[in-house]
Amino acid sequence: MALLEFTESGIYCPIADIYIDPWRPVERALITHGHSDHARPGHQHYACHHDSVNILRFRLGQEISVTGYGYGETFLHRGVRFSFHPAGHIIGSAQIRVEYQGEVWVASGDYKLEDDGLAPAYEPVKCHAFITECTFGLPVYKWPDPATVHQEINQWWENNRKAGKVSILSGYSLGKAQRLLHHLDASIGPVFTHGAIENMNEVLRESGVVLPDTRRVTADINKKEYKGGLVLAPPSAIGSAWQKKFQPFSEGIASGWMALRGARRRRSVDRGFILSDHVDWPGVNTAIRETGAQKIITTHGYTSIFTKWLLEQGYQASAESTQFEGELNEMSEADNSEKAA
Amino acid sequence: MRQFAQLFRRLDQTTKINLKVGALHEFFAEASDEDKLWAIALLAGKRPKRTVRTSLLREWGAEVANIPLWLFEDSYHVVGDLAETIANLHPQNHSTQQENLTYWITFIRNLDGKEDDEKKELILTTWDSMDASERFVFNKLITGGFRVGVSQKLMVRALARYTGLEENLLAHRLMGNWSPVDTSFNDLVLAENPDDNRSRPYPFYLAYALEEAPENLGVPEEWQAERKWDGIRGQVIQRGGELFVWSRGEELVTDKFPEFEILRQLLPDGTVLDGEILPYKDGAPLAFNDLQTRIGRKNVTRNVLQKAPVVLVAYDLLEADGQDLRHQPMRYRREKLEQLVAEVKGKTDVLHLSEVLSFKDWSQLVAERARSREMHCEGLMLKRKDSIYEVGRKKGAWWKWKVDPLMIDAVMIYAMRGHGRRANLYTDYTFAVWDGEALVPFTKAYSGLTDKEIREVDAFVKKNTIDRFGPVRSVNPELVFEIAFEGINRSTRHKSGVALRFPRMNRWRLDKPAAEANTLSDLHQLLNEYGG
Repeated sequence: MALLEFTESGIYCPIADIYIDPWRPVERALITHGHSDHARPGHQHYACHHDSVNILRFRLGQEISVTGYGYGETFLHRGVRFSFHPAGHIIGSAQIRVEYQGEVWVASGDYKLEDDGLAPAYEPVKCHAFITECTFGLPVYKWPDPATVHQEINQWWENNRKAGKVSILSGYSLGKAQRLLHHLDASIGPVFTHGAIENMNEVLRESGVVLPDTRRVTADINKKEYKGGLVLAPPSAIGSAWQKKFQPFSEGIASGWMALRGARRRRSVDRGFILSDHVDWPGVNTAIRETGAQKIITTHGYTSIFTKWLLEQGYQASAESTQFEGELNEMSEADNSEKAA
Repeated sequence: MRQFAQLFRRLDQTTKINLKVGALHEFFAEASDEDKLWAIALLAGKRPKRTVRTSLLREWGAEVANIPLWLFEDSYHVVGDLAETIANLHPQNHSTQQENLTYWITFIRNLDGKEDDEKKELILTTWDSMDASERFVFNKLITGGFRVGVSQKLMVRALARYTGLEENLLAHRLMGNWSPVDTSFNDLVLAENPDDNRSRPYPFYLAYALEEAPENLGVPEEWQAERKWDGIRGQVIQRGGELFVWSRGEELVTDKFPEFEILRQLLPDGTVLDGEILPYKDGAPLAFNDLQTRIGRKNVTRNVLQKAPVVLVAYDLLEADGQDLRHQPMRYRREKLEQLVAEVKGKTDVLHLSEVLSFKDWSQLVAERARSREMHCEGLMLKRKDSIYEVGRKKGAWWKWKVDPLMIDAVMIYAMRGHGRRANLYTDYTFAVWDGEALVPFTKAYSGLTDKEIREVDAFVKKNTIDRFGPVRSVNPELVFEIAFEGINRSTRHKSGVALRFPRMNRWRLDKPAAEANTLSDLHQLLNEYGG
């Protein structure tokens, strides 16, 4: 019996009878992070990192039964040892380490290797089997230095301010929005937030996360006050009637998909900034190497291509289909995570 | 190159027309004359001759990226653009080169005739010297296709702003088969009497589709109605004893239509006709398909000339006795055109006059339009009698009133990723109809869906893949689409036995299960009714 298997309900540990990020309601669910394709409603007991507890309660209901753990803290269930380790994806995100009789598996959820200054940085975890996303598992995805991207964003904002325009910057409301906020140069102007993002900001501030000052966009704000400011909005708000009050404005999207010209043109915003909370091609290859694992299971993303590549590199690799979406929702008109929020 | 790469990036970054014109204007103001001219040529779709095979570029691209060729190919299918794939995969992202656009174009032209090994060394060195955006533009110069959302109109507007010259004048100067190799910015754009390129055509006046009832156009007496012929729009020019035939795509196609050679003698010096090049035999037009087969041939053989001879159905006279008539009203140009055709008549069969349909009220035209398919026409053209001949697509005085398309409900069975702005999305589909229990593919279609629908179909494809053949996925036959098309013809090249003209997705039939899609015999019935 494998330590972790893929069932119709999700990633399953049969010895402990525990699921990781299951998509169908189960009794016991370990959750890697708070995005809606990983943290789904309907489970009887949730366990996640401390910083994800309030996020889960906010998104899934205050009444859920949830236990928080610190990074590296271990707990035993039916002889299987579980622990959470930093994944660097968003605040509260964790890889889940599973150990039984000396065999170690890691389900990494979503992750990135760069330290974004807000989520605790990714730490490689030695294991025998590694379950990895490959949302951007193609060699054409290579992230530019995030510091340079943040400079570009601030420069764009500054140019818009000088041109008398409002800057509308889009990123999903849990994770990307706070990461962007953390690196905005507040000396340029005021930062406004869409309600979906501000709700999440409030949840995080209550949990002790320090975020710069923001102001929620409301009907009673005078249009003139937006001038020269920056509005953080979820992807679903781009192109909607909600934007009209900011005219004249310039729109930008921060996403890994912006690395390709086709995706940029399809979104037809003014600027696309390449900034992702997922690993790029060099990153995913490094991560796999550093785990020391021989067995690699690829889940969401370019699974078939990436698996073929890993097989050629000598790994024992296979692809499993899951209901994880990676950054897909960033590109769609109706942002699933926003609906859930 | 940095200037041009920056221009490209700025044009690519925005969808706002003002920003694009601004970027072009700035480029014109800063770039050298030779770079300006090349930029105009490139954005107008003229590109240097291809001197390197793309299969070699792929190999070298994979090699410098240190990945296997299959992975390069798979990446390319996701990116949807070869130039960009190579540019992104290259490990180097720091520019050390200082040369301008013209230098690199000359560099690419000079690769012609060199051995592959030498080409490789030169190109790999060049890639090393560029950052990703310069490398992308450089690769684009080799592979062609600068689609960056800049229409001819928009470029002309920026050029007008920069030069202070009038837009229509500039649009005319940029027509025809000039090349930056044998002209200069001054001679082509600025000179008062640009050495009058004898072959130069006029910009075509293009009509918009009529969406509302013709009654809204006003009184019938003010309008002229003609058939909308289903051939190739073209200009036939006789100047200085030479004959030039231009297609609407600004391609010089004189050699493709030797039938028109006789017009060299028969037309007076300084004549420009606008009309339809139409396959025509035994007193009636043939199907467009016959012309298409002919154009596809490299050589116009005697057999081809016998099978699908062409005529020019003239509908406008743009120049007579060397005088530009475009500012004269339609009725005046029409009168002159009729005189001209009458003079030539009897001496040749290749010049026809596009018949004017007489009508007293709009309802008569409705009946004429309904006959379009049997006449091998696409519908009707409506032109104001007092209209001047405009430049480009303009609303108001000319309308095309096309016949309603034919329709069939079909099942999607294959999907392929698109290119350009549809890269990485499954947007190119193959459709089938039922033949008993089997689905027979009969057409592909790419257009007609909204972005939202495309995303939904894309998600369906990813979840419902049965099999993969390279970039193509076969999917569960579940989705039904109404396919609209302009014409249908017998074809021996397709399993279904038919070839469609302008197929597109008219709507997604969410209300129909796959079992209720049309059948092959439905399709053949349309073929018998309307096919050529």
